Amino acid sequence: METLAMHISNGIINGPVAAVFAVVALAAMAYCVMRGRQDLDDRLAPMAGLVAAFIFAVQMLNFPIFTAGVSGHLLGGALAAMLVGPWVGALCVAVVLVVQALVFGDGGVAMLGLNITNMAVIGIAVAYLLIALLLRVLPRTPTGLAVTAFVAALVSVVVAAMGFVLQYQLGGTTDLGGNLAGLAGTMAVSHLFIGIGEGLITATTVVTVAKVRPDLVYALRALKPAAPVTVPTVGGVR
Amino acid sequence: MRKWGFIVGGLLVALLLAGVVSNFASSHPDGLDSSLREGCTFDANDEITGGSCPAQQEQEHEIGGPLADYGIAGLDNDFLSTGLSGVLGVLLTFAVAGGAFWLVRRREPAGENATGAQRTDPATTSGG
Repeated sequence: METLAMHISNGIINGPVAAVFAVVALAAMAYCVMRGRQDLDDRLAPMAGLVAAFIFAVQMLNFPIFTAGVSGHLLGGALAAMLVGPWVGALCVAVVLVVQALVFGDGGVAMLGLNITNMAVIGIAVAYLLIALLLRVLPRTPTGLAVTAFVAALVSVVVAAMGFVLQYQLGGTTDLGGNLAGLAGTMAVSHLFIGIGEGLITATTVVTVAKVRPDLVYALRALKPAAPVTVPTVGGVR
Repeated sequence: MRKWGFIVGGLLVALLLAGVVSNFASSHPDGLDSSLREGCTFDANDEITGGSCPAQQEQEHEIGGPLADYGIAGLDNDFLSTGLSGVLGVLLTFAVAGGAFWLVRRREPAGENATGAQRTDPATTSGG
C-alpha cells in the first residue's frame, strides 16, 4: 500500500499560506478548548478519547468509490460533532490529524493548519449547524437520527473539500493556468461520493451508539426537540 | 463500570478495524490525492512519468519515522505491518486524546448550584 497518504502533503500549498492557516487553526483550537471544557466532564472525557481513536481507525479504511481508481475515507467531523459536540469534536479530529502528521508521516507538519482548518474547523462547523437544524425538525426516531447524521456527514465532507480548493487558490504551488474550476470539479465530484460513504458510516455508528447508550450521544442530550417533551431523564442528568 | 464497559468495547472495535480490516482497505489514491494527480501519468511503481499536475510539487515529509505510511519500518509482512501500525495508532490516539481531555475536564459538575441548596451526603442529613 504505497499511496496511503490521505492529507495535504508538503509542497502542495506554499509556506506563507500554510503559515496563515496554522495561525487560524491554532486560534480555532484554543477557542475549542475554552468552549469544550464546559462540556468535558468525567463522562465525556473518556468518550472523546474513544471517538478520536475510532476516527483514526476508520480513516485507515479507504473504500472504493464509483469513479474508477479513486478511494475515499472517513473525515469524521460529523461523527465527532454528533457524539461529543462541536467543540470537543473539533479537538478530537485535530488530535487525529496531529498524530497522523507527527507519527505516521501523513500530511506535512507544515501543512497541519490547512488540514485542521478543513476537517476539524470547516467540517465540524458545517456538520454541527446541520445537526442542530435537522434534529429539531426531524422526528426523534432512529430514522430521524440516521438522516441527520447522513446529511450532516455528506455536506460537511463536500464543503471541507471546497476548503482545500480555496486554499489552493490562495497558495497552490502549481499554476493551473486559471483552471481552478477543474480542480474544484474533481474535488467536488469525488467528495460527493466519499460523502455518501461518510454518511453511511456516520449514520450507522451514531444509530448504534444511540441504541446501546443514548446518554452518550451529545447531540441528543444538547439539542432538545422544538416542542418540549416532559419525559423524566434517566440517570442523574437534571 | 457501565461507562468503562462501553469505552473498552468501543476500543476493541477500533482495534479490530485498524488492526485487521485495514488490510482490506482500497489502495487507490483518495479523493484529494487523485485530484492532485489529475494531468499526470504514472508507472507501476506510482512514479510520475509525464504530464503536469499539482502532485509534482509534493515534497518529503519532515519526519517520516518508523510508522510512516501506516506500516512498521523493516517489517516485511504487509499484513502484520499495516495491522500493527493501526493498533499502535489507535492506542496512541486514545492515550493522547483521552489523557488530554481528562486533564482539562471540568472537575465539579456545573449547574449544581442552580438552586443554592447544598446537596449533602444523605448520611449526614438524615438526623431530622
